[in-house]
Amino acid sequence: MSGYIVRRLISMVLMLLLLTLVVFLLFSVLPTDPARLTCGKACTPEVIAANRHNLGLDLPLWQQYWDFVKGIFVGRTYGSGTQTYSCDAPCLGYSFKRGEEVTTLIKQGFPATFWLATGAFIMWIVVGVSVGIYAALRRGKWQDKTVMGISLIGYSLPSFFIGLVLLYFIILKWELLPYPSYVSPFENPVAFFQTMLLPWIVLAILYAAFYMRLTRNQMLDTLGEDYIRTARAKGLSERIVIRKHGLRAGLTPIVTAAGLDLAGLLGGAIITESIFSLPGIGSLAVNSVVDADLPLIVGITLVTATFIIVANLIVDLLYAVIDPRVRLV
Amino acid sequence: MSTNSSTGAGGNYLDVRDLRVEFPTEDGLVRAVDGVSFTLQRGQTLAIVGESGSGKSVTSQAIMGLHNRKSANISGQVILEGEDLIAMSDEGVRKLRGQKMAMIFQDPLSSLHPFYTVGKQLVEAVRVHQDVTKDAARKQAIAMLDRVGIPNPDRRVDDYPHQLSGGMRQRVMIAMALLNSPTLLIADEPTTALDVTVQAQILELLKDLQRDFNTAIIVITHDLGVVADMADEVVVMYGGRLVEHGSVRDIFHRPEMPYTLGLLASMPRLDHGRSSRLDPIPGLPPSLIRLPKGCVFRPRCTYHDKVPNGLCDTERPELITTAPNHEVRCHMTADVRRAIAVERLGARIEETA
Ligand SMILES: Nc1ncnc2c1ncn2[C@@H]1O[C@H](COP(=O)(O)OP(=O)(O)O)[C@@H](O)[C@H]1O
Ligand code: SF4
Ligand SMILES: [Mg+2]
Repeated sequence: MSGYIVRRLISMVLMLLLLTLVVFLLFSVLPTDPARLTCGKACTPEVIAANRHNLGLDLPLWQQYWDFVKGIFVGRTYGSGTQTYSCDAPCLGYSFKRGEEVTTLIKQGFPATFWLATGAFIMWIVVGVSVGIYAALRRGKWQDKTVMGISLIGYSLPSFFIGLVLLYFIILKWELLPYPSYVSPFENPVAFFQTMLLPWIVLAILYAAFYMRLTRNQMLDTLGEDYIRTARAKGLSERIVIRKHGLRAGLTPIVTAAGLDLAGLLGGAIITESIFSLPGIGSLAVNSVVDADLPLIVGITLVTATFIIVANLIVDLLYAVIDPRVRLV
Repeated sequence: MSTNSSTGAGGNYLDVRDLRVEFPTEDGLVRAVDGVSFTLQRGQTLAIVGESGSGKSVTSQAIMGLHNRKSANISGQVILEGEDLIAMSDEGVRKLRGQKMAMIFQDPLSSLHPFYTVGKQLVEAVRVHQDVTKDAARKQAIAMLDRVGIPNPDRRVDDYPHQLSGGMRQRVMIAMALLNSPTLLIADEPTTALDVTVQAQILELLKDLQRDFNTAIIVITHDLGVVADMADEVVVMYGGRLVEHGSVRDIFHRPEMPYTLGLLASMPRLDHGRSSRLDPIPGLPPSLIRLPKGCVFRPRCTYHDKVPNGLCDTERPELITTAPNHEVRCHMTADVRRAIAVERLGARIEETA
């Protein structure tokens, strides 16, 4: 098992390196000149040239890449002579546009994204999984059909639509909740919940709709398995057949999906964050694209990918714990 | 074979009367079992044979009460020691399942829960029906694993199903079925998924256990070798109906229904009891949704011209008693049926008086 983890960690690092390379090359072939973007309209060629030099953009591509990777592990310095700026490890680059290290910007955005993702996650798992099980147990009946219908609607309504509708009625028209402005839950729990409630709902609806369907189908597959028939043949009551034999096997695949979805959201929920002006990684990502803030885009891409890759590892380990047939080799 | 006193009305331990199972589906009503009747005594074995899709498993699961009564229409009677299981409440039948009647299935790997150890699954089976501690149940489980021939049962009990061989898994299934000393055991193709040597061992084990516990066994198979090896009586099913029913001797040496003849003809040597798969009879089994109007076997039967007035195309043959305890569903006259059997199977057929 520990050998497996070491091997997975090594391949994880290799994957991330490959990813940095791809992202790096991708942005280096873009027609925009990052140096030109470092100062405003009235920019002299001299300033641009100086910035180009300070950013290391005049170096050969492989050298730039090397500096970038080195920055992640040991930190790096920008500029030369008296005009140097040091960026400590893990340095994902420096955003001249915002005058801030990329790492710092992402750290600032993380709490809002984290709370958004976790709150919505809890909601959608509780609602999606329990409703999904309920539908499976009433397969083909009107309850099942209703649930599947709702799921389809929830899944096909774009979340910006749900978000804007909720924002308009609940906040603007009926003024049931104050206009969202993010505060830490440790600072002001009440304002925190008031701000997060709608974003949680918007995000949870989308995922709950999907998880209802997923859970229902998984449960139905499992309840059709031969070992469920065996459990009934033993004389177990239907309740135990479903709880002990059905849920255990039926919900295992949900663990995988849930782990990966949560990880994906930790990299920012772009639409929800934008609608409710949450200062999270999702909003940051949008703004970085609008501003063509390349170092920031690269940084966010890497962080998001890291979450997903790490979540993959965790989910695989969890799976081995849940399912005795899975051997990690 | 001792006939136990525990028999119901009419003296039969198990009495299945006019059993029907229908599944309403989007494509139409599936008549999976259409009027099947037979009886069985303790210590005896009944084999149900027929091609795949002929309704054998549906029949056995109806006896066990394993169909969901909301999605299947079940009628007829399944009288076990005088009690009709079809009329009984779900809860009543549940209490008998795994206790008085038990079942083993074709594929032991998929029939065992992959996430629980063998021991856990056995202990659970004990404790549904017996009020004993986990430790006591575990001791019973280990003893039963030993009884069904699993080496090192005290260690194997903690294995997961995937860690055992196919034969060992089927032994575990048998152990699980026998834990509460059932008097009716249904084995649905118990050896189909196993290789030949293991098949023979499992059949020996079943016969051995039958002697010890005086169990009534229903064995479902499409292997006539298994029938020759195990059965006292045979039910031949085709298209959800019972088409011939008799003792093993009747079926092997005095068969009359053309479908049974086809089954036997496809078996190389009867008397050597060698296990052999049936070669399919030309043609396909009927759709259970749109059954042929006359005889269900008509589309594949080469003898329908022996019946006058095209009766085979228009009328369902009734089950008729051709000899004591030997029933056949066919429009041909007894003489014609017997002549055909001799012509088709020759030396295998005993000259009947
Ligand atoms: N739950 C069900 N719903 C609809 N059709 C079913 C169901 N269970 C079995 N059948 C149909 O009943 C027929 C008989 O099946 P089965 O008893 O399993 O055949 P076999 O003789 O091979 O054991 C098959 O055609 C099968 O498709
Ligand atoms: S009734 Fe007719 S079609 Fe059916 S088995 Fe007999 S001869 Fe063949
Ligand atoms: Mg079957």
